[in-house]
Amino acid sequence: MHDAGGRLLLAALDRAASAAGLGPGMALADGRALVPGLQTAQLDPLEDARALARLAEWCGRYTPWTAIDPASGGLGAGAGLLLDVTGCAHLFGGEAALAADLAARLARLGFAARLALADTVGAAWGLARFACDGSVPWRVVPPGAARAALAPLPPAALRLPAAGGELLARLGLRSVGALYDLPPATLAPRFGPELAQRLRQALGLAPEVLSPLMAVPPHIARRVFAEAVMTREPIAHGLEKLAGELCRCLESEDLGARRLELTVYRVDGSLRRLALGTSRPSRDPDHLARLFAGSLEDIDPGFGIEVMTLAAPVTEPLSALQMVLEPEAPGRVGAQGLAGLVDRLGARFGLGRVFRHLPVESHLPERASGRAPALDAAGQPAWRRGRPRPLRLFAHPEAIEAVALLPDHPPARFRWRRVQHQVVRAEGPERIAPEWWRDDPGQAEARDYFRVEDAAGRRYWLYRTGGRWFLHGLFA
Amino acid sequence: MSLLLETLRAQIRALESGVAPPRVLPLGVPALDAWLPGGGLTLAALHQVEGARDEWDDALAAGFCLALTAPLVAILDRPLLWVARQADLHGAGLAAMGLDPGRLILVQADGDREVLWAMEEGLRWRALAGVVGEVAELARTAGRRLQLAAEAHGVTVFLLRRRRAPLRRPEPPSVALTRWRVAPAPSGAAPLAALPGRPRWRVELLRCRGAAPGNFLMEWDDASGRFALAAALRDRSLGPRPAQTIGSDGRRAG
Repeated sequence: MHDAGGRLLLAALDRAASAAGLGPGMALADGRALVPGLQTAQLDPLEDARALARLAEWCGRYTPWTAIDPASGGLGAGAGLLLDVTGCAHLFGGEAALAADLAARLARLGFAARLALADTVGAAWGLARFACDGSVPWRVVPPGAARAALAPLPPAALRLPAAGGELLARLGLRSVGALYDLPPATLAPRFGPELAQRLRQALGLAPEVLSPLMAVPPHIARRVFAEAVMTREPIAHGLEKLAGELCRCLESEDLGARRLELTVYRVDGSLRRLALGTSRPSRDPDHLARLFAGSLEDIDPGFGIEVMTLAAPVTEPLSALQMVLEPEAPGRVGAQGLAGLVDRLGARFGLGRVFRHLPVESHLPERASGRAPALDAAGQPAWRRGRPRPLRLFAHPEAIEAVALLPDHPPARFRWRRVQHQVVRAEGPERIAPEWWRDDPGQAEARDYFRVEDAAGRRYWLYRTGGRWFLHGLFA
Repeated sequence: MSLLLETLRAQIRALESGVAPPRVLPLGVPALDAWLPGGGLTLAALHQVEGARDEWDDALAAGFCLALTAPLVAILDRPLLWVARQADLHGAGLAAMGLDPGRLILVQADGDREVLWAMEEGLRWRALAGVVGEVAELARTAGRRLQLAAEAHGVTVFLLRRRRAPLRRPEPPSVALTRWRVAPAPSGAAPLAALPGRPRWRVELLRCRGAAPGNFLMEWDDASGRFALAAALRDRSLGPRPAQTIGSDGRRAG
């Protein structure tokens, strides 16, 4: 039910309530009068949308081409999902078996679903809504039979807005079949372009593009377990098989994976997705499988895993020659071995935390050293040398108390971490001006840097800004 | 350059004679090389470096560690893996030391356990000149593991001890082949007496299998990126330790 301007209306109903004569849009009070024991819940469109999206994602166990039906208009009862199972049905034992399997699983998850499988989106949409009911939860229309199957259905099955359907009804066109007999050229002028288009789409005469919920990776391997697996071993084994299959798929196109997504679909309808990147394109099945080895422990199989998919959403060209160069384990040497190591480290810590220093054109010391991908060794710009720079640079300069004998002079002594240091030798100042083109209020004033050495021989990098002193780093 | 040539020649000789490449790397400091067994730093082993004062000498210890690895990186022509919890090693600072920051692959790990994991992983792929890890504490078993892995994979490991706070309980004896403690020393000669000169370290060899502990004064040449030969000398003012200590130390290492 939902609140419409102070009146509580029924938004969606289950099968039993519909059978009792209730309908959407009815006032709650009227409904209560008809069915005294009516159970209601507040309509939460946001949560409904989320649940639908989750369900669509779950349907990825059958095919990557899953989408939330844009034509179903609104949520609650009548919300729909579209699945393109072209080329996937045989994995589940045929179209009928797939539909039966999906219907049974949805019922077990607590959804009252009707589904139909047909040649076109339009035909399946109409059949699911108008040709299925409680006794026949699913229908599969064999190829080429959509026209006949649609004929007895009301015109609303063609995904028409409510007003269009009424007009047809007034003219006595009470079934889709009646429209077949009208000359196609007269449909558009008389009933608007939408009807003609929808009819053509339903019959497969006009193309219709399904926009999937998630980008469909062109390279994906899928493994359906005969029985839900719960232990690590079959999961790891399945992963190896998937990696092998994916790599064969990549090899045929001379590609290597840069990004991998492993998705496991659990029995209870939930799913878990693990994503990781590789430092350079790879299609070595052992290597790809090993990258996931550490995170397989994090996968909670729950009540069991039914389906696993391994996709390569991002790929890069990788010629066959590069593969040959890779020596066999053990004792991987050279750049390929390095790539393997970087991938392993990146899988554990994140590729952003495995890096090389990259010189950046900035005078500010904290900006002068950036991070480059660990394998991009070639073509590094040169580092500026000849100026004192500390080996360890503090992320946050530490405030110190320093005494300078004259302005612009290095400090004679300073106090850092509660200990007094006597400055014996000093170099500076080196003035580093703020980068005014950056909008950074913390660095409004120039800094005067000094390299100083204390009596023991420790060397520090100090700076003064606006009369205050900071310690920014330590020299080796 | 002569050092590089020497080592390369030795390698070629070894290859031609069919014997394994030398397992010792000369550091280019005569006083120190003569002191160390085999004439240099033993490769494919675990070495430990620590600062004399916790929280103050982080940079000194890191600098000395880089100095030890620099010839290794140059000769093997492979990158060095540096695993640490804090990514505060400054690229421009490495360049200022005369080293190539591009030869360093840095890994930022979350704690000692992760650092050790990354180090072991680095050893397994023989694509590195060496592996350096900054850890706060090293349990004996973890050290033993690293030492065995270093031997098995033929990669040299450097353990940089880095603590935020002083240790409460006494540290267990290290399993490392060598253990160095780095303290500051007033820098070398400069064009002007008031300016800091080349960095110098007072390095104490606390423990070394097959050699006596000793003290050394080392100077680093920023321009060439290696130890300065002229000033490298054994620090006789401190003198070697009594012989008994050496003996007991040696047995413990057994």
